[in-house]
Amino acid sequence: MTRVEVRAAGDRGALLEVADNPAAVRVAQALRRELDELVDVVPGHRTVLVTWARDAPAADLATVAEAALAGAPVPRGRSVELSVRYDGPDLTAVAGLTGLSPEEVVARHCGTVYDVSFLGFQPGFGYLLGLDERLVVPRLDEPRTRVPAGTVAIAGPYSGVYPRESPGGWRLLGRTDAVLFDAARVPPALLAPGDRVTFVAQ
Amino acid sequence: MTSLAFLRAGPLTTVQDLGRPGLAHLGVPPSGAADRSALELGNRVVGNDPDAAGLEASLVGPTVRFDGPAVVALAGADAGATLSGRRVVRGEAVVAVSGDVLELGRCIGGARAYVCVRGGIDVEDTLGSRSTDLLTGLGPAPLRDGHVLRIGSEAGLPPPRAEPVVAAPVEPVLRVVPGPRHDWFAPGALDVLLSAVWGVTPATNRVGIRLDGPSLERRTAGELLSEGMVTGALQVPPSGRPILLLVDHPTTGGYPVIAVVATADLSAAGQLAPGDTVRFMAFHP
Repeated sequence: MTRVEVRAAGDRGALLEVADNPAAVRVAQALRRELDELVDVVPGHRTVLVTWARDAPAADLATVAEAALAGAPVPRGRSVELSVRYDGPDLTAVAGLTGLSPEEVVARHCGTVYDVSFLGFQPGFGYLLGLDERLVVPRLDEPRTRVPAGTVAIAGPYSGVYPRESPGGWRLLGRTDAVLFDAARVPPALLAPGDRVTFVAQ
Repeated sequence: MTSLAFLRAGPLTTVQDLGRPGLAHLGVPPSGAADRSALELGNRVVGNDPDAAGLEASLVGPTVRFDGPAVVALAGADAGATLSGRRVVRGEAVVAVSGDVLELGRCIGGARAYVCVRGGIDVEDTLGSRSTDLLTGLGPAPLRDGHVLRIGSEAGLPPPRAEPVVAAPVEPVLRVVPGPRHDWFAPGALDVLLSAVWGVTPATNRVGIRLDGPSLERRTAGELLSEGMVTGALQVPPSGRPILLLVDHPTTGGYPVIAVVATADLSAAGQLAPGDTVRFMAFHP
């Protein structure tokens, strides 16, 4: 059986370490489903953070997590297609860093299916795994103070879309009109961990 | 229905309730009152539910005029509040009549003062909360001069009752639970955290408190993959000086967390002001 390490995250929280992101998504779904007393269940890249209020979890967290990993795989999430105008200010720089032409950068960015690994940074911001290895570039040394909403960007092993205007240190490839987060919508976030995303060039 | 007119909003006055717990997996910070105990106390005093929305004023409080009758109480830091010239004691409900002006000054003994009104501040909720989240922009915008807020209904509320307000210690000692990433640090780093006197820098807001003191050295230079963060986390960036995450913190982060402030001490953390000092002691629940 896969062992899951549980670390304290304060007096009302715990961080579970798992092997990879699919495991984190599975464990998060199981903990959310089985333990009503949990307030937050937050998948990370290879972790799941849980918090509770007054009542500590009645069940052992590692036992629930290990049972989830031993069971049948959960069905994958939804498929989401995002239409992108590839006119971002860093397209040329990314081409320079990777030795590819801008057209090849776009083709490779559109050429894979991404997995939503977790959400963070801003409401609705999904960290997408599955980036073409040739497109792995470091984030900017100096983050921009303003990145417009809908900006499609890459940094390290991730791609992502900025849900609203915010500061940002990722490399900007293009823009989409998709609304990644709307507090009045149910659910408010367009993407959820486990979903698959493809980018389509306009 | 009574409303509150902001004659002077102060440098940062926001509407706060107990925030948006349970949405961190969407990237939504917990938000809510930075000193939750103070908001809850103020709400109890005026007869509100604990999660009714009140005003949170940072460093210098607002001046507001009541356009109708209201029952109001102050909590948190002492902002030397007066109601039309009469001193308002924290933890006691006072009755305002139409035209009364509540004036708060500079906060003493803490960074944040709370104004609770019977019936609560009546603004539209966003994702179940009326709190202003400075990181993400969720909730109502910070208050500006000239803004007007409505006060909610008092129907069915229990009578007001006074409560003593305990003065905060000058140099608080916050209890911390080691981890979850204390093993990312050099041997002795935890002892440094627990023995140093930490200064609160001006880079301090509802998102987090940048502390100044000795450097907490890493064992390895590797990059941590992003993981979920809790309020009270002492996150350590490459500089080695920890950042204490407060209520508007990002839900995930990539710097290792050496220790987390105990839940019972989070309200005290929310009162730390630039220039204060703070210490930490180990707590094993």
